[in-house]
Amino acid sequence: MVVGASAAGLAATETLRREGYGGALTLIGEEPHAPYDRPPLSKQILSGEWSTDRLPLRRSTDLDGLDLDLRLGVAATGLELADRTVVLADGTRVPYDGLIVATGVRPRRLPGDGAHVLRTVDDALALRDRLAPGRRLVVVGAGFLGAEAAAVARGLGCAVTLLEPAPVPLAHAVGEQVGRVLSQAHLDHGVELRTGVTVTAVTEGGVRLADGELVEGDAVLVAVGSLPNTEWLVDCGLAVGDGLICDEYGEAAWGSPRPKAGGVYAAGDVARWYNALFGVPMRIEHRTNAAEQGMAVARNLLRPEARKPFTPVPYFWSDQYDMRVQAYGYLRGHDEVAVVDGDLSGRRFVAAYRTGDRLTGVLAVGMPPKAIRPWRQAIAARAAWHETVPTATPAAGARLDGR
Amino acid sequence: MRVELDEPKCVAAGQCVMASPEVFDQREEDGVAILLEERPGDELLDGVREAVAVCPAAALRLVEE
Repeated sequence: MVVGASAAGLAATETLRREGYGGALTLIGEEPHAPYDRPPLSKQILSGEWSTDRLPLRRSTDLDGLDLDLRLGVAATGLELADRTVVLADGTRVPYDGLIVATGVRPRRLPGDGAHVLRTVDDALALRDRLAPGRRLVVVGAGFLGAEAAAVARGLGCAVTLLEPAPVPLAHAVGEQVGRVLSQAHLDHGVELRTGVTVTAVTEGGVRLADGELVEGDAVLVAVGSLPNTEWLVDCGLAVGDGLICDEYGEAAWGSPRPKAGGVYAAGDVARWYNALFGVPMRIEHRTNAAEQGMAVARNLLRPEARKPFTPVPYFWSDQYDMRVQAYGYLRGHDEVAVVDGDLSGRRFVAAYRTGDRLTGVLAVGMPPKAIRPWRQAIAARAAWHETVPTATPAAGARLDGR
Repeated sequence: MRVELDEPKCVAAGQCVMASPEVFDQREEDGVAILLEERPGDELLDGVREAVAVCPAAALRLVEE
């Protein structure tokens, strides 16, 4: 059984079938929609460039070919490990032999009513209806999701205020200098970017800041991160803590006391697993990780005797205005950033990230694929920083501070 | 088997090239995928299936003929 019918859950079911599993296969999805793609929601769907008929991840004929017991529009509400049973919101009890948890995340919210969030297709359509030339949009949170929505809203002629608690947006993720470069694009496109401000509540007509100021808007988008959907697993005996905690194979770890039942794996945004390539536990909310991890844990579940650790180089991309940002690796907690190709001011560059003496990540803006791929391969090969990044490199003389 | 690439959907991630370099490449200017072999031989199909599965834009499809 696979619980969660988005990218990770779909990849898991497809892999189970492709690898020869011919038994009963149940796919549970809380949303009423067949599996669909989320990255376009904050891009082409919000802008109106695409209609929603481009979102399904598979054609209905391809889904039919998987011979699934597909149950959409019903959430899983409980897991009884001893009985190997998942309990659904409608009271149904569904038994399983092996289980893959792919229940994803949901947006964090702020106190007060009336704000939009952006996670589902319904969220995107509701926000799109509020965007029009001259309308004022307040975006709370200048992470990648908030930044993409701000860029789309500017493109539609909205007046956009982007509010961010950190002094430099995205600095914790990509470093201060790269964060500044990405923020500058918003300023250049007429976004009112306000950093170092804390929003305490959504109110009628806007948002309230910690100092009492009201920032007015016709619509408010709250994009302040997400929470893993693990409530249905609490007290079931598995270890939960900012995600479902898994080992290097993606198998769920036991809490205490340890129950006697195995065969539970997790994939996608909800899974916090140990990535042996980087030597740290991580939970990755990226589209590509969802598919790769869904495939990996499906194989591990199916062939426990030939299990392989899941050791991907994480990848994400973000489209903002005319910029395409692409990043490989694990950038968080880096010690140093160096520009190894291009230059920051032209918004055409490759930045490399050092953690200890390892090259652990690269982030590129506006660079051709051949300029990025060797760096990705170096990260996968656990390349040492001092052997990979020439000390004399920095174009534009920029050796940057991390964290 | 025939590979279908929905080019406007491609997000230039390059995952397909890593999964199946014999069948896919990327355009130099914008990274959009290029299909090198529309009808890849059987020995390449495992890689192509991997590429279809990991494509972050669901822009690839392998269809029986």
